[in-house]
Amino acid sequence: MRHIMAKSLAPTDGVRDYLAAQEKKSLLRFLTCGSVDDGKSTLIGRLLSDTKQIFEDQLAALERDSRKHGTTGDDIDFALLVDGLEAEREQGITIDVAYRFFATPKRKFIVADTPGHEQYTRNMATGASTADLAIVLIDARQGVLPQTRRHSIIASLLGIRHIVLAVNKIDLVGFDQAIFERITEAYGQFSRDLGFQTIVPIPMSARYGDNVTGRSDSMEWYSGPTLIEHLETVSVEEAVVELPFRFPVQYVNRPNLDFRGFAGTIASGSVAPGDEVVVAKSGKSSRVKRIVSYGGDLAQAAAGQAVTLVLDDEVEISRGNMLVSPAARPQVADQFAANIVWFDEHALLPGRSYILRTETDQSSATVTDLKYRINVNDFAHEAAKSLEMNEVGICNISTRTPIAFDPFAENRTTGAFILIDRISNATVGAGMILHSLRRAENIHWQSLDVGKRVRADMKNQRPAVFWFTGLSGSGKSTIANLFEKKLFATGRHTYILDGDNVRHGLNRDLGFTDADRVENIRRVAEVARLMADAGLIVIVSFISPFSAERRMARELMADGEFIEVFVDTPFEECARRDPKGLYARALNGEIKNFTGVDSPYEAPEKPEIHLKTLGKSAEQMVDALEHWLNERDIAEDQYDNGGGI
Amino acid sequence: MTIALTHLQRLEAESIHIFREVAAAFAKPVMLYSVGKDSSVLMHLAMKAFYPAKPPFPFLHVDTTWKFREMIAFRDQMAQKLGFDLLVHVNEDGVRDNINPFDHGSNTHTHVMKTVALRQALDKYGFDAAFGGARRDEEKSRAKERIFSFRNAQHVWDPKNQRPEMWKIFNTRIASGESIRVFPLSNWTELDIWQYILQENIPIVPLYLAKERPVVERDGMLILRDDERMKLRPGETVENRLVRFRTLGCYPLTGAIESDADTLEAIVGEMLTARTSERQGRLIDRDEAGSMEKKKREGYF
Repeated sequence: MRHIMAKSLAPTDGVRDYLAAQEKKSLLRFLTCGSVDDGKSTLIGRLLSDTKQIFEDQLAALERDSRKHGTTGDDIDFALLVDGLEAEREQGITIDVAYRFFATPKRKFIVADTPGHEQYTRNMATGASTADLAIVLIDARQGVLPQTRRHSIIASLLGIRHIVLAVNKIDLVGFDQAIFERITEAYGQFSRDLGFQTIVPIPMSARYGDNVTGRSDSMEWYSGPTLIEHLETVSVEEAVVELPFRFPVQYVNRPNLDFRGFAGTIASGSVAPGDEVVVAKSGKSSRVKRIVSYGGDLAQAAAGQAVTLVLDDEVEISRGNMLVSPAARPQVADQFAANIVWFDEHALLPGRSYILRTETDQSSATVTDLKYRINVNDFAHEAAKSLEMNEVGICNISTRTPIAFDPFAENRTTGAFILIDRISNATVGAGMILHSLRRAENIHWQSLDVGKRVRADMKNQRPAVFWFTGLSGSGKSTIANLFEKKLFATGRHTYILDGDNVRHGLNRDLGFTDADRVENIRRVAEVARLMADAGLIVIVSFISPFSAERRMARELMADGEFIEVFVDTPFEECARRDPKGLYARALNGEIKNFTGVDSPYEAPEKPEIHLKTLGKSAEQMVDALEHWLNERDIAEDQYDNGGGI
Repeated sequence: MTIALTHLQRLEAESIHIFREVAAAFAKPVMLYSVGKDSSVLMHLAMKAFYPAKPPFPFLHVDTTWKFREMIAFRDQMAQKLGFDLLVHVNEDGVRDNINPFDHGSNTHTHVMKTVALRQALDKYGFDAAFGGARRDEEKSRAKERIFSFRNAQHVWDPKNQRPEMWKIFNTRIASGESIRVFPLSNWTELDIWQYILQENIPIVPLYLAKERPVVERDGMLILRDDERMKLRPGETVENRLVRFRTLGCYPLTGAIESDADTLEAIVGEMLTARTSERQGRLIDRDEAGSMEKKKREGYF
């Protein structure tokens, strides 16, 4: 490579004019999607190359790489231009989305090249979430494949309304018009209900460039636009400025006592000083005093701008709340229905607690009801107990605290959320809100005069939930029963919830799949919470193998009321004791999903009480528990007396 | 009413949004400041994001001790002018072992004085989020990276297992010891950067502008002899030539281009007709195929 003498081309004015023209260009964000080997990366390479976006040194590197990894013989393999990860080049596949940038004299483009493998659907969704148009590639020899359908459904769910149906590799079927029309017809049939505003089919060869940027000589029968002509002119503008004002508060800027600004990005609508705004969650109203920006105050600001608002009054607003138009307010609810796309290899389980994150807000959330799963081939609504990786379903969701939102169909910014696993912190799903559930709006918590405290005081005790977890046969029930006897003897009011007994009644409809185990625990935790509310000391004796569910149970209870007791007996010892003969049968394969055998047990990391049972008697264990309880009550009484006014 | 944002306004808003998100969601963020043009833009955006407050995080410069002298002077001048909190970190182990690009090659030098130094600094201060100025149009592996890019407790990037990144909803949750690298300029191109510098009048290191400078032709590159530590090889001579830099790094590893572009407008004009990419002047990218990805996985920015 040589250093080059660059000519400064233009007089200053020329550059200024050129830049002014650049500024007026609109931006189109699109993605390429479709099945493996339909030529997505090749198409992008072709677009970049034909629009002169590839520099000499990059071209030289590409030629080198094509010889090493390429799949196109002596020709340049354009896919190598976008498949930037080593693993991708070695395997010749696209794993993750790549973002590329190019411009024509008419428009600027950001293109997301997304992977076709089903395994990497989440990376396709990542690319689709910020796009306004999708190029769905189809190999003319293959026609519409399951991945074509899956990607189209996901694109539709994520709010994409414009599709280019790129019937690629048309050269390999002799530029046959009949094949093109058959595929177009099939896709049209399939996508009828996906709500796309435009579907533009284009026959093309990405490898040779036919109908990409230049018109093909081999397809006289095609009179529509080339791909680039269409991309340059298609109108995707959604008038978010015309929607009601929505301002999710992202950051409260308070450098000193004299300044309190609410920073965020306007999600929709516009705002000007003097406008009345309402705080979504509290309903309090105020007026905009200033729109502060680095270059001076603004006279107005609109959707897409990141600004700082100062209000007339001192109203209580923190991150996660929303400033909105008083005339058209968003919904505020803690229960709603949503479309969910699941990303994680651990399935979505109803009842399990996740973290729900909107653009600026966050809450604990559980899926209370998985209404159905959508079959990507025929849109059939199928009953399901869990949502596996890459599946799409409709769910009811319940959040711990209410969130402010609009239906996703009305507002892509305020109607979307992600779900995060509480332990791994992985982004496990994406959601698009459909509507709030009426019961959330209508059932308000009753504030009762007779409260938990009064009920517990009458019993002369503090409520508690002792949550025994451990393998089958570890001694949970034995210790729990003895513990209850002791408490009873000292005048405490108690109740034992035992795994086996509850399964005969309340939970007799549940089996032993992961999904059912989660629901089993959720129900028991709710019952324990009600009993604690009644002032009781509850002893729950459940295998409860998953830490996520134990954590969910913990979060249901008031601070300090949940006491995790790990009954720690080694697997070998449990299997040796085998009081019910279950281990023998499980090890023989007669019982499926048996904890410790073919279903995992996640030991607690920080239990309040850790009982190592080997070589100790049940009495010794119970003494430890009683001691712990007494210590807690003494500590709380001291706190109450000291802190009470 | 219609208010259409310009292309640069859109990019600016996106970057500001990212800055604020980090400030709101992380306990101890830092901005990596490399003194180059992208850092200058990044700094300008950070000032805008939190105005009238100052950015609520310090700026960290990882100094390899081989930066152009003009960069160091510019850095100190900016810190004083804008009043931000500047931290400078040098890998003292590397200094003690006299690691340098001439004797140890660009690979070892960059690894020790930049990648390891960066990891040291992040660990030393316990930063949980670090802003960098990388752009997706720079290089193929960067084109694949998320805006919020997760690092495990060993600072390792796992490109095959990135978190999905939906809409503008960023997953900011990490466990203790883990961190996030954040790239507010992900969607900017080199042209956008220059256009924005021009529009906003952002100060940049004068090395970007053409001037007569003492250069040595070596391995097909024009190297500015910034101090006496660069020994001449037999047959090499120092010539004064009219040159400028498209990117800035360690002076022995950064090639100049011959150019008479001595104004911002002229630079943009030159860019528009450029036939090579900006990283072409960087020795470190050419060491081996996929070299940037490898460096990034090890903790390089």
